[in-house]
Amino acid sequence: MTGQSFPVEAGHILMFARAIGDENPAYQGETALAPPTFTMASAHHDPDYHLRPKPGEEWFGSGAGPGVMAEGGGGLHAEQHFEYHRPVRAGETLYAHFTLGRSWEKQGRSGRLLFSERITEYRDADGEPVVSAKTVAVVPEGPATRKEDAR
Amino acid sequence: MSLSPDDIKVGETRESVLVDDLKRTRIVQYAGASGDFNPLHTDERFAVEAAGYPGVFAHGMLTMGMTGRVLTDWVGPESLLRFGVRFKAQVWPGDTLTATATVESVEETPAGPVAHFSLRTLNQDGAEVVTGTAAARLEQ
Repeated sequence: MTGQSFPVEAGHILMFARAIGDENPAYQGETALAPPTFTMASAHHDPDYHLRPKPGEEWFGSGAGPGVMAEGGGGLHAEQHFEYHRPVRAGETLYAHFTLGRSWEKQGRSGRLLFSERITEYRDADGEPVVSAKTVAVVPEGPATRKEDAR
Repeated sequence: MSLSPDDIKVGETRESVLVDDLKRTRIVQYAGASGDFNPLHTDERFAVEAAGYPGVFAHGMLTMGMTGRVLTDWVGPESLLRFGVRFKAQVWPGDTLTATATVESVEETPAGPVAHFSLRTLNQDGAEVVTGTAAARLEQ
């Protein structure tokens, strides 16, 4: 099977369901169902995921100093869409396939905004589609500006 | 568990308080479970001094995840066909969020009846933080 493997584990589903504040019994036990947004947690199984500190690598958050905002690191999550082909259950392994979707720009209040889509197709061991996920990210162009007005 | 078309009417709504006074620890809990350790969400010093925000704010996906409960408590976790949102505004520690799902239509498809929902999650000031749509399969 090709794609990045994502073992769907009962304990992981339980922790994720607790984090979103959902104690639905369907999300508990050996054959737990996964909550609708659970596939995002496949980030744990992505060896190169950039938003996880890794041993021996510089991390951009605070320590002795305040940390460093990466160049173009002002990106935010603009939209998220899921299409479900069937429910996801503990005990199976999904295989994630990543592709880039459309990208476009829009004029915002303080400059141009760059939007881009990233599509993740989660397939099962038979290659059948299980969940299709589309992330739309937005990054403001140019130097990071202070965001006191964000509130 | 899934609903039949007799259990659901166009225009019907469900409202649910997702969180009352969001705590920073909840955001940390979501970071750990999801694997998204972006310090913008959990590292106050980074968020203020390096990124220029007033403070840490919740992952959009925490709000989406919590919003999903209004759907799955209603139609069951196995019936969803689609779920999509737009993140309209940041969610901050201390926020209280209320989600509303509304049945917009019930469609007959070759695979059986499907309910279409609109979704709206507001903060304590009535500002939209998430809007979206979803579709769920109903029993034949």
